[in-house]
This record gives sequence, structure tokens and C-alpha cells, in this order.
Amino acid sequence: MKILVCISKTPDTTAKIAFTDNNTKFDTSGVQWIINPYDEWYSLVRAIELKEADASTVIHLITVGTADAEPIIRKALALGGDEAIRVNTANADSFYIASQIAEVAKQGGYDLVFTGKETIDYNGSSIGGMVAELLELPYISLATKFELGGNKATVTREIEGGEEVCEVNLPAVVSCQKGVAEQRIPNMRGIMAARTKPLKVVEPSAADTLTAVASFELPPPKAGVKLISPDNVEELVRLLKEEAKVI
Amino acid sequence: MSVLVFIDTNEGHVKKASLEAMTYGAKVAEQLGIAAEGVVVGTAKDDLAALGKYGVKKIHHVNNPALDHLDAQVFTKAIAEVATKTGAKVIVFSNNVDGKSIAPRLSARLKAALVSGAVALPDTSNGFIVKKNVFSGKAFANISLNTDVKIISLNPNAYQTIAGEGTAEVVIADVTIDTPKVKVTAVNKVSGEVPLTEAEIVVSAGRGLKGPENWKIVEDLAHALHAALACSRPVADAHWRPHNEHVGQTGTAIAPTLYIAIGISGAIQHLAGVNRSKVIVVINKDPEAPFFKAADYGIVGDAFEIVPKMTEAVKKIKG
Repeated sequence: MKILVCISKTPDTTAKIAFTDNNTKFDTSGVQWIINPYDEWYSLVRAIELKEADASTVIHLITVGTADAEPIIRKALALGGDEAIRVNTANADSFYIASQIAEVAKQGGYDLVFTGKETIDYNGSSIGGMVAELLELPYISLATKFELGGNKATVTREIEGGEEVCEVNLPAVVSCQKGVAEQRIPNMRGIMAARTKPLKVVEPSAADTLTAVASFELPPPKAGVKLISPDNVEELVRLLKEEAKVI
Repeated sequence: MSVLVFIDTNEGHVKKASLEAMTYGAKVAEQLGIAAEGVVVGTAKDDLAALGKYGVKKIHHVNNPALDHLDAQVFTKAIAEVATKTGAKVIVFSNNVDGKSIAPRLSARLKAALVSGAVALPDTSNGFIVKKNVFSGKAFANISLNTDVKIISLNPNAYQTIAGEGTAEVVIADVTIDTPKVKVTAVNKVSGEVPLTEAEIVVSAGRGLKGPENWKIVEDLAHALHAALACSRPVADAHWRPHNEHVGQTGTAIAPTLYIAIGISGAIQHLAGVNRSKVIVVINKDPEAPFFKAADYGIVGDAFEIVPKMTEAVKKIKG
């Protein structure tokens, strides 16, 4: 079993969101970077669990980014995984990134490609589906459980108002969310081991970009909370009906 | 040429989010001076011709019971063929579970630019630019779609459904249908409730409720408002409520018109999942709860007294 886990570098959840260059670039000053939580807590940890259940499993991590993504990929290696691949290019759009991952995946002959359900910065939820299409593989998105039996995966996925269980033969691409695994904290042994694990840098393959960010904007500031006395709950309901017009 | 809308169904019934997508697609078609059409995949139990009132002139029905469950690969191929045959310039999805699965595949297949999580109509004054949510609701990005064919995946509850007059012509789509490789073996529905991601009103509660036995007052309020139920992460982690009710960054991200948060302090991870709500009401006994900063209306007080009173007031106002 050979698994490729896609890792993205994202600003920390609590990072201040601001823009520079006439609102065309994300202001990275003072921003703490983390592994995208969906990639780390769910897809990476589930891959590690599969390796713990079957020691012959090989886990490769991939990230698409410049050298400043290396601390993040080392941190991911501290949790687990055998080696990492960094495609050396500045992030373009999701199709370009998916094309890079698909190219590496094609050459690596993976049984399984894991992504997080989305990144917490661009919230695109697109990489998994694009990689699957480029590789002509089945895609199961928004998985909440993932079990492996030989060459067959049994995956529970979210649907509107519930979930469904599905089966698919590998190879396949799966996007993971809460439920698939539980967050882990890297231990000292993992951190030491990560320093010597191979981190291969490969140059990008030719690919198109289909989109570009024209500009960013922040939502208009909230007017501030209108406080209503706890003795006058009816007034709140009246305001929701007559002022906010939402009930 | 057309704007093609993917009309998503759930057990044969058209999803509410697809009504929004059709209304949106019809408006985009009007902007471009072309017609809006729709594509339905799998068995349909609703009257498809009646969907004309949401602005679609023609519906292509890929009518095959083998496609009653989603296999994104098979769906993508079928939809791509319909899109090519109808000369689709813009393809519209709802950014729901099925849209998130199919739209990126279709983007890669057609090499068509995709914006997922769109919240507004395209700006066509200089190119083709669509606004979307980024940074988990904390900002917007205006995305330029730079290909001839474009795909827009519209956030649920971001565009108001308008029902007008009209009937759609329904045609059976003659497309390749591959055998699905994803086999669905069980469907577990939380029956009789409003699906969280589609709900216009969501009533949510947190640790302030003190224990699962106290949820009746929350359920009563949700029932009176015809709202979906939600909860905070600690509540789901403690198994007071099922995990599918957990909203927040690691749970479900929602954007209802009204979000009522009861006994939830409003940690940044929780806000990331709900800050796209149009109106936020916070009920919390702690006046320093961070959630009040993100709220439109608030009551500082005891939920056990306030919530039943609110339920009564809602019942009165709704008659």
C-alpha cells in the first residue's frame, strides 16, 4: 500500500487577515503558518494509522510551494510519513497545484491519494476532485470514516442531512474531514526522526493556470451588537421579524 | 450557447440549494444574453418541467437509476457531454456536498476556470470576475475566470430564490454513462429534520446548556422557527449531541439567514464556521463572551429562562 498525502501550508486559524499591494496580496507579516488542519488532523493521521496497522505501508507527503513551506512539511514528517516531496513553485491557482500533484502521483504509482476537505485559507475544496480527474480515478469527497480491506476501501461520506457508506476499489482519491481520525501531537522521537527523513525537491511540470485573484476585500465591519434586556424577550423576536426580517 | 445549471437531487427531489443555483444561473444568462438550461442526473420524482419558473428554459435529464447515488467520475463525464453539446459558456453548481465533488472534476476535464464558494453574480464589466468567501468567512476574494468556459459553484444561502412563471422543456440527454465505481451500500439519514447546510434558520447551543438532558428548550425553539439544530465542538466531543450537528471550523460551515447561539462563548474556530450567517443572535450569561462582538442582537442572561420565553414569543408572532 502506497499512500500520497497532500499537505498545504496555511495561516494559523487566529491569524489577522489583512491585505497589501492595493488589496491584491495577503499580508503575511507576523502570520504564523501551520499545516492545513484538515490535511494534518484527518488525512495525515489516518494514513499513519493505516501504516501502524500494516507496516508495509509507505506514506509520501507532497506539498506545492517555495522553500518557505519546508518547516511545515518537516512538521508533518514529525507526525509520520516516510518521505516528502516539495514541488518547487510559488502557489498559482488550484488547477495548477492539482496538475503538479497529479504529475507526481502518476510517476509514484500510489494506491491512495488523501487530501483535506479544503484549506482554511482559500476554502476551495477543489484539489482532490481535480487530481482525481487528471488521474482518471474515482473520488470520494468529505469522508468521515475510512476503512481498508485489501484493495477495497469502505468510506463513509457526508450527504445532505446524513451520511452514506460507499465502497471503492483502489486506486482512488479521498478528501477527509472530521471523523476520519483524531488530531495527534508530534513527540520528540518523531521530531528528531523528521530531520533526517528524505525531502525531495522537484521542479514543476508545465501546467496552465485558469484563474487569478483580482483583489481581496474585507467584509464591512459589523454595526455592533444590539443588546436587549432579558426581561424583554418579545422585543428580540419583534426586531428579528420587523427590523432584520429573518423570521 | 447556454448557462448550464447542475440541478442536484436528494432521493429524486430537487434540493433547495439547486433552486438558488437555477435562479442565479438564469440571472447570469440574462447578463450574457443567452438562455439558462439545466441538467438532472439520476431518477427524478419532482415535475422537472415546473422548474421553468426558476428561469431554466430546457432541462437535460440523464435519466438512469444507476446514477441515483453520486459517483463524481461518472457524473462529471455525463455533465461534460451535456455541457459540450449545449455549448455551455458558464456551468453553475451549488457548493454543497455534490457540487464540491463534481465541479472540480469538471473544471479539470474541460480545463474550465472554477470559482467555488461564490457569493455574488459575476462582474462582467472587465473580464469575468466572481466574488467568493476566503479565509473561512473572514474575507472575500474577487476571482478572475480566464477561460472560455467558466464554472461557478454558488454557496448555499448566498443567493435568494425567485420563483416566476414558465415551464421548461424536458429532454432525455443522450450521453455516455459509465458503470459507477463507487458503490453506495448504506444511507443513514437523520430523518424529519431540516438539513443543516440548507437551513435558513439554525438554533445552536453550547456548554452553557450544562448537559444533554437540557436540550428540550433548544429543540422547542428550533421547532417553532422551523430551524435546524446545531451545536458547538465541546458539545459534540462530549457526545451530548451527534457529530453531524457540530458547526465550526472542523465541523460544518454554514451560512443561514439567522443563527441563534445559546450558551456558546464564540471561540474563533466556532466563528469560522458561522460568520457567514446574515444575522447572528447570541444568548449568553457572560457579558464578556467574545461572541457578542460578532453578533447583531444579544441578550445577556440565563438561557434556561430566556429560551422558553423566546419560543413562546415566536409562537405568538407566527400565530
